[in-house]
Amino acid sequence: MMKHAFVRAALGAALALALPMAAQAHKMWMVPSATVVSGDDAWVTVDAAVSNELYYPDHFPAQLDQLVITAPDGSTVQAENENKGKYRSTFDLAVPQKGTYRIALVNQGVFATYELDGQKKRWRGNATDLKAGLPANAKNVEVNEMASRVETFVTQGSPSTGALKPTGKGMELVPVTAPNDLVSGEKATFQLLVDGKPAADVKVVAIDGGTRYRNAQDEMDTTTDKDGKFSFTWPAAGMYWVNASAEDKKTSTKEAKQRRLGYTATLEVLPQ
Amino acid sequence: MRRLLPFAFCLTVAAPAFAADMNLTVEIPELKVAEYHRPYVAVWIEREDHTVAANLAVWYDVRKKDGEGTKWLKDMRQWWRRTGRDQTMPIDGVSGATRPAGQHQLRFTDGKPPLGTLAPGHYEIVVEAAREVGGHETQRIAFDWPAKASTHLSAKGSAELGQINLDLNP
Repeated sequence: MMKHAFVRAALGAALALALPMAAQAHKMWMVPSATVVSGDDAWVTVDAAVSNELYYPDHFPAQLDQLVITAPDGSTVQAENENKGKYRSTFDLAVPQKGTYRIALVNQGVFATYELDGQKKRWRGNATDLKAGLPANAKNVEVNEMASRVETFVTQGSPSTGALKPTGKGMELVPVTAPNDLVSGEKATFQLLVDGKPAADVKVVAIDGGTRYRNAQDEMDTTTDKDGKFSFTWPAAGMYWVNASAEDKKTSTKEAKQRRLGYTATLEVLPQ
Repeated sequence: MRRLLPFAFCLTVAAPAFAADMNLTVEIPELKVAEYHRPYVAVWIEREDHTVAANLAVWYDVRKKDGEGTKWLKDMRQWWRRTGRDQTMPIDGVSGATRPAGQHQLRFTDGKPPLGTLAPGHYEIVVEAAREVGGHETQRIAFDWPAKASTHLSAKGSAELGQINLDLNP
């Protein structure tokens, strides 16, 4: 039973990551207790989950083994008090450095569907475990590579860019406007990259949190320009879920025909 | 000797006495609430492009040990964004303890810190208040500097700030 539940949880997370384009897909996110902090002894606590509503943990906790936190000086720092609950994971982060921290859940792997004795099965894991992971008599095996990144940002003092350098792998966001300097009524611009290069003509959506208390998602959308840039003018203060996804054939696993790319950020917009 | 002092004083400060100045009165209203904390208040001057020409006052909880009072500075979110986040607290001659309800008079002189020398132009003086478990309010008064004649300007807060008076002298 436990194993079954775990597999389901993993699959749910995998599906949410692999299929962000589907309208009914679950949303993966992290929400920090504050994005703008002051004082040298500043901490934030972060919720991380896969859910239907924003930002209410109602589905699965996020996998914190994917957590990568970069401090303003570019170093990798560790979260504290990690906990995986029924519906959400939580962790704490000390933010002693002045500048912007990047908090990311980085997921890179392969996702396979196959048939076994006439039944549809799924498998998710690292590319290197693929062979061992699939039964020898699996039929109609379809392998997809996936690279997704779920991020949020926290800034102590003035925003900085040291933690925001792209890794050059998968889909990433490069801020033109600092991600912790967003105010309602103002326009913010970002650049979307795939493997470090501008990603043109990609649809980007933004949804304000608090979806439980309204009838519609009120999704805003835009498309990246030839330089991969896109902008949103925030209509109101809130925690916005910004998401983009794409598919290509640039796989590094020979069994995989397709690569699914996803990027999600939680961006806080403050009142004027 | 005592009689001579005012005269001597006049002589020595005769030149600065001609310096333009501004007198600001900030009223912190008395609030009937179950849990009251004195508000954090920031006062600064913005140029037309919203850059900060001068930080005039920051009242925050300086008593808390280990600088814990700085944790809430970011709640004065306009001040924080325009200038606060670039500052190291305390700011000499600018920051100080929170103040009780009532009228608070501040006087600033041209050429002297914290006002310094403002280039002639159009400015706004901004007063922002944020209160723990309370509200947040910002008031702005636009003015031209230097004033050609003595000028009285004012704004009235509605929640966290009361009457604000700005008197400019050429």
